Amino acid sequence: MVKPQMGDDDFEQALGEEILLPDGSWDRVRGRLVKRAVKEDLVDVAYEMHESPFGRLLVGASDGGIVRVGLSAESEDEILEDLGRRISPRIIRMGSPEITSARQQLDEYFAGERRHFDLKLDWQLTRGFRRQVLHATDGIPYGETRSYSAVATEAGSPKAVRAAGSALANNPLPIVVPCHRVLRSDGNVGSYLGGTSMKEQLLAMERSSG
Amino acid sequence: MKSFEQVIEEHGPALLRYCASRVGPERAEDCFQETMVSALRSYVGMREEKAVRSWLFTIATRKSIDMYRVADRTPKPTETAQKIEGSHPDVRPGNSDIWSLVEQLPEKQSTALLLRYRGGLSHREVGEVMEISESAARRNSFEGLKRLRAERSSWA
Repeated sequence: MVKPQMGDDDFEQALGEEILLPDGSWDRVRGRLVKRAVKEDLVDVAYEMHESPFGRLLVGASDGGIVRVGLSAESEDEILEDLGRRISPRIIRMGSPEITSARQQLDEYFAGERRHFDLKLDWQLTRGFRRQVLHATDGIPYGETRSYSAVATEAGSPKAVRAAGSALANNPLPIVVPCHRVLRSDGNVGSYLGGTSMKEQLLAMERSSG
Repeated sequence: MKSFEQVIEEHGPALLRYCASRVGPERAEDCFQETMVSALRSYVGMREEKAVRSWLFTIATRKSIDMYRVADRTPKPTETAQKIEGSHPDVRPGNSDIWSLVEQLPEKQSTALLLRYRGGLSHREVGEVMEISESAARRNSFEGLKRLRAERSSWA
C-alpha cells in the first residue's frame, strides 16, 4: 500500500501531538513540585489569593511571618515583581499555616467578629521612619482614628506629616496594620490605596461593631 | 524580573511536554521536577526575561541526558532491573511512527526538533540551549525534518 508522503506540516503536527502522561494532570504535577520545593527549603515567599468583601486580596508570607497584604486595586503581577526585587524571586503560590491563619482572621475581621489581628508580621518591607509610622499606626485601637500629624508625632517627627502620609500610602500590610484609621486633621477621610470608598466602609464597619 | 511562580505558569507545561518527549511519559515528571528544582535553587539572581526560557530548556535537556538518553538504547550499568525492563522509551503518542523515527535521528537533529516542536522554542533559543549558532540550530531542525520525510517515504 502506498502511504501518502508526509509534508512538513504533517510532521510538525505529529511532533506537537500530546504525549499521554501517567498521572499527568498539570495541577497534580505542579502540586508535587511545590511539595518538593518546600521540602528542600527553596521557597522564600509563599502566597495565596483570598476572596473578601473588598475583592481578591493577596496574602504573602516569608519565614518571618505575614510580609505582604495586597489589595484588589493592586495587580498581582506587580506585587510579585516588587516582592521579587525586594525580598526574593523564589515566590510560589501555595498555602502555609500562617497564611491560613491570616485568611481566617481576615474573614473574621470583615464579619465584624475580630477587633485585633493575632499574627506574626514580617516588617522587612519598611525601614526607618516609615516603619516607625506603621508601628504607631499598628497601635491605633479598633474603631478609633488618628490624624496624620498625630501619627507623625507618635513616630517621633511631628513635622514630618507628609512623610507619614507617604509611609501610610506605601503600607505593605493594609487592613492588618490599620492605615485606614488615619485621617486628615480637617476631617477629610484622606487617601487610601484601596480607594476612599473602601476606607470609609472599613471605618463605618468598625464604628458599628464597636 | 518574574517570580518563580510566574516562571512555572509560563514555562511549566511546555517543559513537561519536552521532558516527556525526551525521556518518555513514565520518567517525564521526574525529569521535570529535577529541572524545576534545579532552576529554583539557582533562581536568586537577576534574569533577563528572554533568557529564562533558554535557560530552563538547557537544564531540562541536561537532566534528560543524565536520566536517560533517548537515542541510546544501551542500558547503563547503574540502571536498575526495572529500568532495563522498560528501556525502550515508552512514548505513546498519537502517531507512534514519528517518534521511533525521531529517536533514530542523530542526537543534534532530534534535540533541535524536540526543543522546537515540544518546547516551542525559536531557532535562536534552540541554538542557545544547544550552544550552537542560530543557523546551525535551524539547519539541524530542517535536516531532521528532511530525514524524517525520507525515512517515511522509504516505507511506501
